[in-house]
Amino acid sequence: MARQTLSIRNGFLIDPAQRLEGKYDFLLKDGRVAELAPAGKLRGRADETINARGMVVCPGLIDIHVHLREPGQQHKESIATGTRSAAAGGFTSVCCMPNTLPVNDTPEITRWMLDPAREASVNVFPVGAATVGSMGRTLTDFAALKRAGAVAISDDGKPILEESIMRQALMGAGRLGIPVIQHAEDTRCTESAVMNAGPTAFRLGLRGWPTEAESAVVERDIQLAAETKGHYHVAHLSTAAALKAVRKAKRERLRVTCEITPHHFAMTDEDVGEYNTNCKMNPPLRSAFDRETLIAGLSDGSIDCIATDHAPHAANEKNQEFDRAPFGITGLETALGLAISILHAKHKIPLRRIVELMSANPARVMGLTGRGTLAVGSQADVTIFDPAKKWTYHAQQALSKSKNSPFDEWQLQGKVLAAVVGGSLKFSA
Amino acid sequence: MARTRSLLGLEHLTADEITHLLKLARTMQLRKPRPLLRGKRIALLFYESSTRTRVSFEFAAKLLGAHTALISATASSIEKGESLVDTGKTLQALGADCIVVRHPSSGAPNVLARNLHIPIINAGDGMHEHPTQGLLDAFTMLRHKKPLKGLRVIMVGDIQHSRVVRSNVHLLAKFGASITLCGPLELLPETAASLSPAIKITRHIQEAVRKADVVMMLRIQKERLAGLKLDVGKYIADYQLTAERLRLAKPGALLMHPGPMIRGMEIQSELADGHQSVVEEQVQNGVYVRMAVLATCLGAL
Repeated sequence: MARQTLSIRNGFLIDPAQRLEGKYDFLLKDGRVAELAPAGKLRGRADETINARGMVVCPGLIDIHVHLREPGQQHKESIATGTRSAAAGGFTSVCCMPNTLPVNDTPEITRWMLDPAREASVNVFPVGAATVGSMGRTLTDFAALKRAGAVAISDDGKPILEESIMRQALMGAGRLGIPVIQHAEDTRCTESAVMNAGPTAFRLGLRGWPTEAESAVVERDIQLAAETKGHYHVAHLSTAAALKAVRKAKRERLRVTCEITPHHFAMTDEDVGEYNTNCKMNPPLRSAFDRETLIAGLSDGSIDCIATDHAPHAANEKNQEFDRAPFGITGLETALGLAISILHAKHKIPLRRIVELMSANPARVMGLTGRGTLAVGSQADVTIFDPAKKWTYHAQQALSKSKNSPFDEWQLQGKVLAAVVGGSLKFSA
Repeated sequence: MARTRSLLGLEHLTADEITHLLKLARTMQLRKPRPLLRGKRIALLFYESSTRTRVSFEFAAKLLGAHTALISATASSIEKGESLVDTGKTLQALGADCIVVRHPSSGAPNVLARNLHIPIINAGDGMHEHPTQGLLDAFTMLRHKKPLKGLRVIMVGDIQHSRVVRSNVHLLAKFGASITLCGPLELLPETAASLSPAIKITRHIQEAVRKADVVMMLRIQKERLAGLKLDVGKYIADYQLTAERLRLAKPGALLMHPGPMIRGMEIQSELADGHQSVVEEQVQNGVYVRMAVLATCLGAL
């Protein structure tokens, strides 16, 4: 925690959790927001000041779905490099998925991830595995994982298909007040599938992935959430059919939430083009109809969060036959730019809603108290960005150890200028 | 072709480029071969078994004076785990002037073309394309039926897994042929129609064959079925080409098959040897077409 005090002045605050929008100044002290006042009215003095004139200041962005690859796959990413990449993307907190080597299925591994020796630049909140080794058979010790620092339970990368296991997971996590995050994929109908089923898959001679593989699992799980009263969260939701199920569950006031990735609102399966392996991810890019439905869901509030599913892979791993290349793309450094370019500039979704999707709601979904808002007393995690600034993303210059992004050379609008974590400046452009 | 000199598929070739290749193939057929590729090294990189395509590329290359080397997946460092890109780079470093590649993964030739600077010729990739087969099929049709415009071509059987179908559809659609695809839903999804507006789909072989100019039968690709269970008896009853069914086609209709043929499965054995069958001619024409493709891709003209 920073000893020094930091003030941020003259920026335009967007803080949906407080329903606050306008010109405000802040004083950050001892890792907390010490004072919040209309511009020019701050009483306390600071050692250092950031002048945010013309910029948007918002509660630090939170990415609830990243793969930091450590332990076990540091040739792709590490906690240190992944969190530097996060800060550059304006994220001050990330939730890292348990599909590391070994899988994060014990409190020891969770604590190891949280050790200061990992040199994380932003707050890291591990997600604990739901089953031992994420093998889908034996439940892990949720309470112990939570005590060690896990904020949710998931077998991400793999689905929890066994109904009895899912029911017990929802009950167990529900008792602890943490969500079960489902990677919704009925792997019985996606065997050897590598992209969305449809015209592009047929043209390229690639095996197609039906949308029902996602929606069938989501529908089943929602039944279980109703029975158990547990908190069910759908990771990287990608289909109109699954969103329909989530909307219905929300109308029925079930504890069901969901996230979608920037790539699913930015692209469609046609973008696979001529076998671009940087457009290969799980779930796959979907049809234009799915994409439009997801954008509508982001706009109307039925989707809770934007999460990147940041999945770094080494260049040689992606430079392969399409069916051999691993699933996943990086996403931390392009998420805000894509959200502003596509959702705000093109689809007229207000910035307030984008901040809600990327900060306030992720904090609420994952139960991160004191985050996702800049109310006095909350954590001093702040993101500053220029919503009008146009820039070009160069994947080779990314801070992530891996460069597997389909957005290389994309012109984006909305640039992160600073990320403050716990009162300390961790990134500035 | 002038742009890349690789032949990855027929989808992105223009009708003019295809016409040029077919005319050149005809020249190759009529004239005594000239050593256009003398001193050139052509690597035949085969990750999948092949009789026709491999030998025909090899003969085509040798007729033009080139050296060939055959690299097969089971008798090379591929078996030791060398990646496709590294294998391609090795062949390039060894002085290969061109790589002809056959691979079970769709898009494998695109991977090589992206990573190497020598021309890549697709000799069949997964379920994607088999461009020289598409060219030799068109060449064969044109020896008997002219023009392709308005020609009624039907393809029957395992459409989903067929790279031959995709290449044929792309080519025939560019020349205005009308195409009917026929097969059961498991082997012919409705999305197949999205490949070209020239496509019609039917589930009934009688309806497909009626008034056809060209009947192309396809093998069920059991190596690509990926767990799909098929009732063979029912398939034969519903989709086998019989003499009776072939009579529904136009008189003098051509019977084609890209091979390998499973007699008694998709086709009645006698028909394969009958007077309407041009199956062996297809194989012969493959050599001329591949000579034309090699000469063009290697810039020997």
